[in-house]
Amino acid sequence: MTAPVKDAVPTAEARRGMLAGPRFRPGESLFRWLLLACLALGIVFLVSLLAYVLVEAWPRLDSRLWTNFPSIRRPENAGAQSAIYGTIWVISFTALFCLPTGIMAAVYLEEYADQERWYNRLIEVNIQNLAAVPSIIYGILGLGLLARQLALGTTVLTASLTLSLLVLPVVIISSREAIRAVPRSIRQASLALGATQWQTIWRQVLPAAVPGIATGSILALSRAIGEAAPVIMLGAVTFVMFNPEGLQSEYTVLPVQIYNWISQSREEFHHLAAAAIILLLAILLVMNAAAIWLRNRYSRRW
Amino acid sequence: MTAVPETPSSLKTTATAVQETDMTSPSDAATGGTKTPQVSFREAPALTSPVFEVGGLSVFYGDHEAVRDVNMTIGERQITAMIGPSGCGKSTVLRCFNRMNDLIPTARVAGKIHYHDEDLYGRDVDPIEVRRRIGMVFQKPNPFPKSIYDNIAYGPRVGGFRGNLDDLVEETLTHAALWDEVKDKLKTSALALSGGQQQRLCIARTIAVKPEVILMDEPCSALDPIATAKIEDLMEHLAQEFTIVIVTHNMQQAARVSHRTAFFTADVDDKGVRHGRLVEYDETELIFSNPCDQRTEDYISGRFG
Amino acid sequence: MTASDASSAAGAVSRSLRRTRPRYGEAVIKGMLLTAALVSVATTVGIVVSLIPPAVEFFRTVSVSEFLTGTQWTPLFAEKHFGVLPLVAATLVITSIALLIAIPVGLGAAIYLSEYADPRLRQWLKPSLEVLAGIPTVVYGFFALAFITPLLKDILPSGWTLDVRNGLAAGLVMGVMIVPTIASLTEDALSAVPHALREGSFALGSGKRTTSVRVVVPAALSGIVAACVLGISRAVGETMIVLIAAGVSAEFTIKPLGEMETMTAFIARAASGDVPVGSISYNTIFAVGALLFLATFVMNLISIRLVRKYREVYE
Repeated sequence: MTAPVKDAVPTAEARRGMLAGPRFRPGESLFRWLLLACLALGIVFLVSLLAYVLVEAWPRLDSRLWTNFPSIRRPENAGAQSAIYGTIWVISFTALFCLPTGIMAAVYLEEYADQERWYNRLIEVNIQNLAAVPSIIYGILGLGLLARQLALGTTVLTASLTLSLLVLPVVIISSREAIRAVPRSIRQASLALGATQWQTIWRQVLPAAVPGIATGSILALSRAIGEAAPVIMLGAVTFVMFNPEGLQSEYTVLPVQIYNWISQSREEFHHLAAAAIILLLAILLVMNAAAIWLRNRYSRRW
Repeated sequence: MTAVPETPSSLKTTATAVQETDMTSPSDAATGGTKTPQVSFREAPALTSPVFEVGGLSVFYGDHEAVRDVNMTIGERQITAMIGPSGCGKSTVLRCFNRMNDLIPTARVAGKIHYHDEDLYGRDVDPIEVRRRIGMVFQKPNPFPKSIYDNIAYGPRVGGFRGNLDDLVEETLTHAALWDEVKDKLKTSALALSGGQQQRLCIARTIAVKPEVILMDEPCSALDPIATAKIEDLMEHLAQEFTIVIVTHNMQQAARVSHRTAFFTADVDDKGVRHGRLVEYDETELIFSNPCDQRTEDYISGRFG
Repeated sequence: MTASDASSAAGAVSRSLRRTRPRYGEAVIKGMLLTAALVSVATTVGIVVSLIPPAVEFFRTVSVSEFLTGTQWTPLFAEKHFGVLPLVAATLVITSIALLIAIPVGLGAAIYLSEYADPRLRQWLKPSLEVLAGIPTVVYGFFALAFITPLLKDILPSGWTLDVRNGLAAGLVMGVMIVPTIASLTEDALSAVPHALREGSFALGSGKRTTSVRVVVPAALSGIVAACVLGISRAVGETMIVLIAAGVSAEFTIKPLGEMETMTAFIARAASGDVPVGSISYNTIFAVGALLFLATFVMNLISIRLVRKYREVYE
């Protein structure tokens, strides 16, 4: 452009030059690489974590893990059967308690609650807060209120109730999103045909929201499976040599068993802990895969 | 397009013709008749026995008066069209007729709407019962994400229908002139149908509960002309048994299908707030050939909106 | 429908619009749903009820000022001191380390995902972040203790002595744990910024970096701050990582190379031990719990407020 031009109109060559700009912008690409590095850090961390745990676990990744019970004296033969059964018991009852409650609460908040009313807004803010309350606080709730004051003891029941309350906000929030995604036109069509509000919800809204609700529920339960802090407070720390037999049974769960083994100083226990971690991660992976599959299989474009 | 009568060009001529004729009052026009009948409007019978009687109707959304002081009577087994520019409150009025406005928490209705001499907003009136008797078809086709069969059967099922559902579905679909198109795929999803078929399914779904009135809120605005023509044919057919009220932004559609037409517009008050008003309500032919209000004339001649 | 049907429909006109039969079921169901929603309120009430009486009991013995300003924390020993500052200091130090990692990395990841990544890459990157969020914290703790600490011993200058359990490794790993929280909330906030704002900036000849940093990030600021506040809340409340990797020695120090005990770790340790119910040591758990609940509660409210603010602006 600075070069003198013969004609008033710049040549095509010159014009191209005007728009080309500097080919290399160091700031721009450095910034981009920095951002990418942030993501890469997370992924490198994830990969090295998985690789490390797998290597540590390798010597102990066999059937002893689920056929044998924990033992403090003979780590070379110990397993996690009681913890596996304990997890199944506790999570089953957690699901039984928190899924119906959470989904019902979500239906109320989305379909019935008038958002202008102060008490509905209070419920709403309360749920958002509960979702971010530290899990150890739920442990205090379970210990102080359920185990001691209501005298439920340190049993499967107490653990299930505590974990239910812990993941309840997650179930409510994800179910609400699924319910909200059902278009208003479906509700209007149903109501215009003379259906009552509950008929509309039960026959149209909930069936359409089921995939989303199921996805959220699975993710909520997988959070409960991995949760150790509140359960540690509820008595599940000793080496449990038996499987739970009911709601009143004592128990241990996988994450607590893992914590237990980590706290031991002998090297064999670390391999055992790593093996149990692999088992726990495998369970979570299956659950997450199921959730993603559900989401993709039934995701509907309205 | 073959099924669509050629009204646009003829409309223009009437609109210009109107300017030369005297401005007559609505009652004069109704009794005295008009001199420009060259357009092939529907045969317009006198107002049949009233289904809805609306007096001094105002609708509020919060503090905003969206519709102000509407008075009109809707006759049985006639097609009544409500036209007007967007934002004039015609859909709002339509939604008062089956109490769909109840679903908006801030909406409030003042004035009277009587349905067969019963106050539609009376204290003991059950909106569910109202909607079973007064059905509604929406702007966008909104079939349930279920099979065609279940779409038709839904209304009867929730209404506690005891009888042969298969027969009812067949009868309804035949009635809605959809049976031949869908009889082999009753169990397939309604969402697989074309837009026009979906909308006719929605109409069929509405008549499956055997209502007395069908309200239609711009039922063809999302459809192409051929699908529109099919729905207009269907409406004509259904008008023999049902009272139909249709909101449309398509003036030709109102001219083609309706017996009577109500023209709404929006007044802007000193504060710049818009209020929907009913400007003129009469036989369709008179509205289009000899409107007595300047605003109606401007609108139908395309000078406005 | 035949003519007789039509006439029967017309004949039914005289039928009233009143309710033909009462629908008690609807009201019962609504009541049940409301009850379910109230369970969440009951949870909060339950937390408060389980915290307050033992905490009140605790403060009958120990004055509030001694609790809040004391620098010695030995509630489980024979000679008891109840100064909570060592726990608070450890919590703050580890949280700070975590945030030094989590805020820049989380923001960077969010900006990349929202402004740069093409959809196909995004499809892979986002779930990997979500996987990171789904890993149980006990696993993070194990990794911090067994892998990161030995690694740090190799990296750090030889003069620095790192304990087997230390605040540094716990803080670093906790930082990575919070990244998904901050990244995903920040990304929500960034994608809520209207596209027109970006186009306006591009139309003025700005590059992508300038647009992101000068236009999009400021426009989404309240959402980003909300994400960070929630991140802090999670760091303060995290238990397993610090319990496993940071240790249980409640020295009053801000040096992250040695053992440190956070508020959460103390609660977990004390509650899982054999503390007699009703003793002062038992009540201590609830006093610390009340402090922790209060702190996270305030942060959560701030975060909820800020999120609502940006939603109001752009939605």
